[in-house]
Amino acid sequence: MRNFDYIRPASLPEAVAAGQLPDTAYLAAGTNLVDLMKGGVTAPARIVDITRLPGLSSIEHLPDGGTRIGALVRNSDLAYDPRIEKTYPMVAEALLAGASAQLRNAATVGGNLMQRTRCPFFTDAVSACNKREPGSGCAALGHATRIHAVQGWSEHCIATNPSDFCVPLAALDAVVEIAGPDGAREVPLTAFHNLPGDHPEHETALRPAELITALRLPPEAAAFRANARYLKVRDRTSYAFAVVSAAAALTFEGEKIGRARLAFGGLALKPWRVEAAEATLAGQAPSPEAYAKAAALALDGAKPTGEANAFKIELARRVAVRALTLAAAGTPARIPALPASPFGIV
Amino acid sequence: MSPAPGLAGGGVPAICNGSSLCQPGPSMNIPLRLTLNGQAREIALDDPRVTLLDLLRERLGLTGAKKGCDRGQCGACTVLVDGRRINACLTLAASLDGAEILTIEGLAEGDRLHPVQAAFIAHDGFQCGFCTPGQIMSAVGLIREGQAGTDPERIREGMSGNLCRCGAYAGILDAVQEASRPTGQVEQREDAA
Repeated sequence: MRNFDYIRPASLPEAVAAGQLPDTAYLAAGTNLVDLMKGGVTAPARIVDITRLPGLSSIEHLPDGGTRIGALVRNSDLAYDPRIEKTYPMVAEALLAGASAQLRNAATVGGNLMQRTRCPFFTDAVSACNKREPGSGCAALGHATRIHAVQGWSEHCIATNPSDFCVPLAALDAVVEIAGPDGAREVPLTAFHNLPGDHPEHETALRPAELITALRLPPEAAAFRANARYLKVRDRTSYAFAVVSAAAALTFEGEKIGRARLAFGGLALKPWRVEAAEATLAGQAPSPEAYAKAAALALDGAKPTGEANAFKIELARRVAVRALTLAAAGTPARIPALPASPFGIV
Repeated sequence: MSPAPGLAGGGVPAICNGSSLCQPGPSMNIPLRLTLNGQAREIALDDPRVTLLDLLRERLGLTGAKKGCDRGQCGACTVLVDGRRINACLTLAASLDGAEILTIEGLAEGDRLHPVQAAFIAHDGFQCGFCTPGQIMSAVGLIREGQAGTDPERIREGMSGNLCRCGAYAGILDAVQEASRPTGQVEQREDAA
């Protein structure tokens, strides 16, 4: 690992000041960053350790009914917070479906948003990768691309975003609060991660030296608490990234669906949400046909990067139908023993 | 590049726990105060790259936590930091100033095994033993978290961050289940002594 200067600022302004030095990375738990540094995927000259910054570690229930989650709240603390589990059950379920208990105990919510793709051609540190080395090409194209994108990819990058957490956050219109040299601002989670386009090295909406300070769930997000599920299909039942996942949430007006939310993981370089698909469910009686129509719309325009991941499109449709079916059946009283798993699901 | 605002002469507030500015450089030492297995330790870390795992194994002589994958995938390095199980291999030691660390070496009380250690012996929760310190520390963390109870499925899920290449999972599950029972009492088999 390349050596680096270790900087531990005492305040947010001090952190942002240090963050403006060239070739600098912010460090929270480091569960992704340290791993990438060990592999030579990234080699910053300076590390700004933000883990001690004051005021970023609390979960606040806001007067308007929304919730603000500090960027340094640990994934497990968020998932096991009784009010989070009750109010945003699919957020808790998605968190518990990701990584291992050890990683969730360390990893922060801000770090979860910032985690890098697990495309093996990115993480091997040697293959051509436009993310890691802009202009070098994309070694993944034309190779074994079973886990790669079927939505929103470009010839410059076909990677996917690995986060489970971000999928229900996208569905619930979460907002990312940001601090930086030009002050504070916020970005909707659905606009936080960039699609690759011509510049896959520009991964997020963060500008140089900016960092995430909090996530905010708007008051409306609580309306889905009774009918919300996260469903994750993966190569083993635990401790694996999603092949395809979906967050589905509904409200009901009598027997009919009021509002619907549907977002996917594993399809693109960002959580994939198609509001037109959600809109088709409003006012409908819950039925497999209605879900299938919404799922088909959500997968509209999907295109595999090769033969290896063509299955993902049909799989995503089925995952969506099943996630919506599970959501309509009602949020379970407790998160299942195997969170988000299609096996032994409640 | 012009000096960053708020930093005298473009200097960097390296390490400083307060407002004083330190000069970074290859020779800089990072002061660390840790409580390690109940003992206060002061360490001057000469390299910011040192992980908690390397600090324990290479510098403090505590080789109980194992280096399996060194990438957060196997769980052999699991220790408790401030009462929570984490992967020591992915944690920079420099970031842990003030933390309380419990490793497998600090688990028993003298000759009296921790109930989880006793349960692993009673249920043959290992074969070669390489993953065992991590398994045991993870189980201690799992029980402290209080989310799994004695439900075998929840224990399996909660222990999924610890791999066992010998495949001793059945014994591990039995051991964790037994240690999870409210009494915490473990009956040792005679042949396990």
